[in-house]
Amino acid sequence: MSMQAIKVERLTKKFGNFTAVDGISFSVENGELFGLLGPNGAGKTTTINILSTLLKTTSGHAEVAGFNVSRSMDDVRKSIGIVFQDPALDNKLTGKENLEFHGMMYGMRTDEIRDRVNDVLALVELTDKANVVVEKYSGGMKRRLEIARGLMHRPKVLFLDEPTLGLDTQTRRHIWEYIRKLNKEAGVTIILTTHYMEEADYLCGRIAIIDHGKIVAIGTPKKLKDVLGGDVVCLETEGKPEKYMKYLKSLKWIKHTKIHDGEMCLTMEHGEKRIPELVCNAPKAGITIRSVSLRKPSLEDVFLHFTGKTIREQEAGQSEAQQMMRMRMRR
Amino acid sequence: MKGINFTAVYVLWLREMKRFIRAKSRIVGMLAMPLMFLAFLGLGFSGISIPGMPGSVSYIRFLVPGIIGMGMLFTSMFAGISVLWDREFGFLKEIMVAPVNRVSIVLGRISGGATTAVLQGFMLLLISIVAGFAIPSAFSLLLAVVFMVLIATTFIGLGLVFASKMKDMQGFNLIMNFIIFPLFFLSGALFPLDNLPAFIKAISFADPLTYGIDGMRASLIGFSTFPMAFDFFALFAFSLVMVFLGTYFFEKSESV
Repeated sequence: MSMQAIKVERLTKKFGNFTAVDGISFSVENGELFGLLGPNGAGKTTTINILSTLLKTTSGHAEVAGFNVSRSMDDVRKSIGIVFQDPALDNKLTGKENLEFHGMMYGMRTDEIRDRVNDVLALVELTDKANVVVEKYSGGMKRRLEIARGLMHRPKVLFLDEPTLGLDTQTRRHIWEYIRKLNKEAGVTIILTTHYMEEADYLCGRIAIIDHGKIVAIGTPKKLKDVLGGDVVCLETEGKPEKYMKYLKSLKWIKHTKIHDGEMCLTMEHGEKRIPELVCNAPKAGITIRSVSLRKPSLEDVFLHFTGKTIREQEAGQSEAQQMMRMRMRR
Repeated sequence: MKGINFTAVYVLWLREMKRFIRAKSRIVGMLAMPLMFLAFLGLGFSGISIPGMPGSVSYIRFLVPGIIGMGMLFTSMFAGISVLWDREFGFLKEIMVAPVNRVSIVLGRISGGATTAVLQGFMLLLISIVAGFAIPSAFSLLLAVVFMVLIATTFIGLGLVFASKMKDMQGFNLIMNFIIFPLFFLSGALFPLDNLPAFIKAISFADPLTYGIDGMRASLIGFSTFPMAFDFFALFAFSLVMVFLGTYFFEKSESV
């Protein structure tokens, strides 16, 4: 097996006229915890569906665990585990039966299935619910059962599509710990998609930011934030900003300036030491500063930097066609 | 085409059986409607003389195989279309990402659905026998079961064709009104086909259920339009075609 768990080259997927995934390339090494971060409709789930052989590529090339997703579908399927965005359990079967079904579909031996069922149920702390029909599970329990199922056949690569979507904060934390444990202790390569910044930041070793079907940036969370350079200082101002902006742009130590939502957002090193200077020079440029905030850059700032919008605005501004497409693909 | 994965066929069948046994209301539901048809039509028309039927056969005797066929038509079509339920509840994805070829998945579904449909047909027949429906011999029971198996596979195959062409259950009412009911009425379940105008009768010959019900009549009451062997081969051919088409369309359909 090659060193790379995932290799994607110029991958494109079109639905009619709509390009869901637009020539993306990236690779994931074995043992990585890799995140695809982007708003809903950015093409994350489509990418996962292609990598898990559920959808065919329009063009480009993709390999999972060294197998081509278009040609060696069965080999790919054997190598991966997947937890879908929407529950994919049989509600009329018990947790244990869902796992046994999975084991048999993956050609596991009977004794192996018995052992594994116990192991994975223990891992996600559902042992005492093994013989309860899934119908009676809570949302968090279902998600944990799905993670357990994804691990049944010891996959080399585990896909998690929005693993904590719709879960409460406590359950989310809980799931995060499982994901970390799996990656660290069991050494499973994990690819997860999310539109939660803090999730990507907390979990992922590397992140690809994806927007409108394209990867706009890729790297470790730290590296991505370093692109912004230091701290983010946001100024709420009153008056015409042009002259002040000109002044700001003349300052060598300001790395980026951006007006967003009526605020000026600047990035710089040692922001706390620069604020007095910024405030003192405002009256000369004919504006008043109403408030100042300083923070370490978050992935939200990174996203804003690369796409010009925050992830929420991006979701709100989606065209109806994209929303429809999303509805269709969720089915 | 790769080999059939028998473990996968078995586990899909097993899943169907577990779901079936747990859904008590489903069992009651699929017996209640045919039994009501049988009771009300059978009793209501008990004294009637229908042209084209020998005097020795009472209407209710004539009706039993027809109603069994009807019940099985509904159950089997639904079993085929129920792929859409799996799609709706997401479970289809779990099946589709498994390293199992599509033919095995279709065979698993057909065997599971056919088992429930045949169980239904068999239970209806048993209830009828208990209620006084006499059959010539145990062998005729066996022959009837053969026809039941063929009816089930044929219409599950047809159901799969529709399921592969539809995105959700929204279209199910259309299928009910424009496919299932016409198949039922054209099959001669309620009256001898000879009473229909020639051109409608011709259409009814294209209805697989016609041969299924006629074959069951031949084996159970000894009265039929066609020879039993003809019914068998016609229905057998239909079932092969339907299973092939069902598999073909299911393979081509996108799973998400």
